[in-house]
Amino acid sequence: MSLKSRTAIAGLGITAQGKVYDSNHVGFASEAVRLALHDAGLTRADLDGLLVNPGLSWGDLGMASFQLQQAMGLRNLRLSSSMNSGGATAGSMVQYAAQAIDAGLCTTVACVFSDAPLKPPQPKDAPGTSGSGAAYGFGRGLEAAYGQYGVNAMYAMVAQRHMHLYGTTTDHLGAIAVASRAWANRNPAAQFHDTPMTLADYRNSRWVVEPFRLFDCCLVSNGGLAVIVTSADRARDCRRPPVYLWGMGQGHPGGDPSETLTSGAPLAKHTAFAMAGVTLDDVDVAELYDCYTFTVLVTLEDYGFCKKGEGGPFVADGRIAPGGTLPVNTGGGQLSSFYMWGMTPVSEAVIQLRGDGGARQVADAKIALVSGNGGILSTHSTLVLSSLSA
Amino acid sequence: MSDYRKPIPAITPEMRPFFDGAKRHELRVQRCSACGAHRFPARAICSDCLSTDAHWVTVSGRGEIFSFNVMHQVYHPGFAAEVPYAVVIVRLAEGAKLVSNLVGVPPHEIRIGMPVRVVFEDITDEVTLPKFAPA
Repeated sequence: MSLKSRTAIAGLGITAQGKVYDSNHVGFASEAVRLALHDAGLTRADLDGLLVNPGLSWGDLGMASFQLQQAMGLRNLRLSSSMNSGGATAGSMVQYAAQAIDAGLCTTVACVFSDAPLKPPQPKDAPGTSGSGAAYGFGRGLEAAYGQYGVNAMYAMVAQRHMHLYGTTTDHLGAIAVASRAWANRNPAAQFHDTPMTLADYRNSRWVVEPFRLFDCCLVSNGGLAVIVTSADRARDCRRPPVYLWGMGQGHPGGDPSETLTSGAPLAKHTAFAMAGVTLDDVDVAELYDCYTFTVLVTLEDYGFCKKGEGGPFVADGRIAPGGTLPVNTGGGQLSSFYMWGMTPVSEAVIQLRGDGGARQVADAKIALVSGNGGILSTHSTLVLSSLSA
Repeated sequence: MSDYRKPIPAITPEMRPFFDGAKRHELRVQRCSACGAHRFPARAICSDCLSTDAHWVTVSGRGEIFSFNVMHQVYHPGFAAEVPYAVVIVRLAEGAKLVSNLVGVPPHEIRIGMPVRVVFEDITDEVTLPKFAPA
C-alpha cells in the first residue's frame, strides 16, 4: 500500500538562528525538539522516536541521538539513530520516520538537525572577518598541498564545467542569489532579512573561489531545527494543521559529478512523484537545497523545470523570485535565511503549506517540492508535501 | 627548501609508490590489474570491476585541464602570498584525474581543455610534487 498521506509533519521547531552563541549543538537540538513538540501540542511523553542529523559540532564519535536523548530525559524510545548523508539527510530522516511509523515500530518521531560551528568574534577580529566558513575549510592530504581547501573549492570545479559546456554565467548564478535575498527580505526570521541585494551588489561582492562570489555560498548558522512526524490520524488531533507526506524518494547517483553535472534528483523524483501522483505542474512552491546558487540551478534542471544546461537562462528573468511564476526558496533559503542543512527547505515547506508565510506567503500553496542534496551533487532526497490529505 | 611553508603531504603506505616515483620525476598512478583502469589517488578496490589487484604504472604525464577554480581565501598561511591562485583538475591521457597546480599560466588565462604536461617541484628532500605546465 502506498505511503501517500499515511503520515504527516505535525510539529515544527526552529531555534534562534545565525550568530547565536548562548548554547551549543546539544542545546540547540533540545530546544528545537521542545519547540516542535509544543507546536504540535504534544509532550515529551508522546515522543517514541528520535532521528538526529549531527552537524559538524557533534564531531565524529557519533551516538548523537543517544546524547540528545539523555539531554532531554527521553525514556523508552522505540526508534533512535544518527544519520548523515549530508544535505539529503533531513528529507531522508522524514522518510525513515514515516516508514517506521507506518510499519508500527513507533508512533511519533522527532527529526532534528543542529550545529554550532560559529564562535563569538574575538576583539582582535576586524568586522566581517571572523571566519564563518572556517569550519568548512578542511583540506585533505595531497589536495591541501596544492591549495585545494573545502567544499567551496570542490563545487567550484563542477560549476566551472557547467559554464564551459553550457555557457552559464556568473550573472545567472547572481540571479538566484538576488531572488533568494528578495524572499529573505520578506522573512523576519532570515539572517539577511534587513539587507536587500541587487545584481550590482552581487557583482561587487568579493570572490571566495571563482566562479563563486561570497553570495553564491550559503550562510553558516548556529541553531537547531526539528520536525515531528506522526501518523496522519494522530496529526489531525494535533494543535496545528497536518502537512501530509504525499511522496518520498532518494537518489544517489555515484560517480563523478564533475563529469555528469547532474544530482540525484532525477532518480529521487521518479520515486517520490510516482508515490505522490503529481507532476511538476502540480508544484506550488519548490524548496530546493541551496548550499550554493549553482546547486539550485542544477536542481531545477534535474527535476525537469528546464532542460539540462538551460538553468541559467531559466532563472535569469526573475522567474524564481517573488512575483515570478515558480516560487523557489520562499524563506530566503540557506543562501539568505539560515543554514540548517536540509532542514531549511523542509521547514519553509511546512510554513508555506500552513499558510504561515506572512509577507512571503505564496497564495494557495497546496503542494510543495522539497529537495535535499549532500556531498558534491552526491546524495539526494525528495519530499512531496501537501496541506491536503488527498 | 627549509623555507617551504605550504602543507607537506604525509607519505602514507598506500601512496608511497606515487611519492617514490615523483622523487625520481616520474608520474605514477595506480592501475587495476584486472580491467586496466587507471585511478588516483590509491584505492583498495577498483570501482569499475571490484578487483583488489592493482599495480603502479608510470604514465605519460600528458593530459588536459578538466576543470579549475581560483582560490581567493587563505586557508593555510603558506598560500597567503599567492592568492588568488588556481587549482586545476588534470585529466591524464590514460584517464585518471589529478588535483594539481598549473605553473607558468596566470589564473585567468587557464582554459578547460588546455593541453598540459607534468613537471616536478622538489619541495623537501623527501617530497616532490607533480605539477603541470602547458604542453
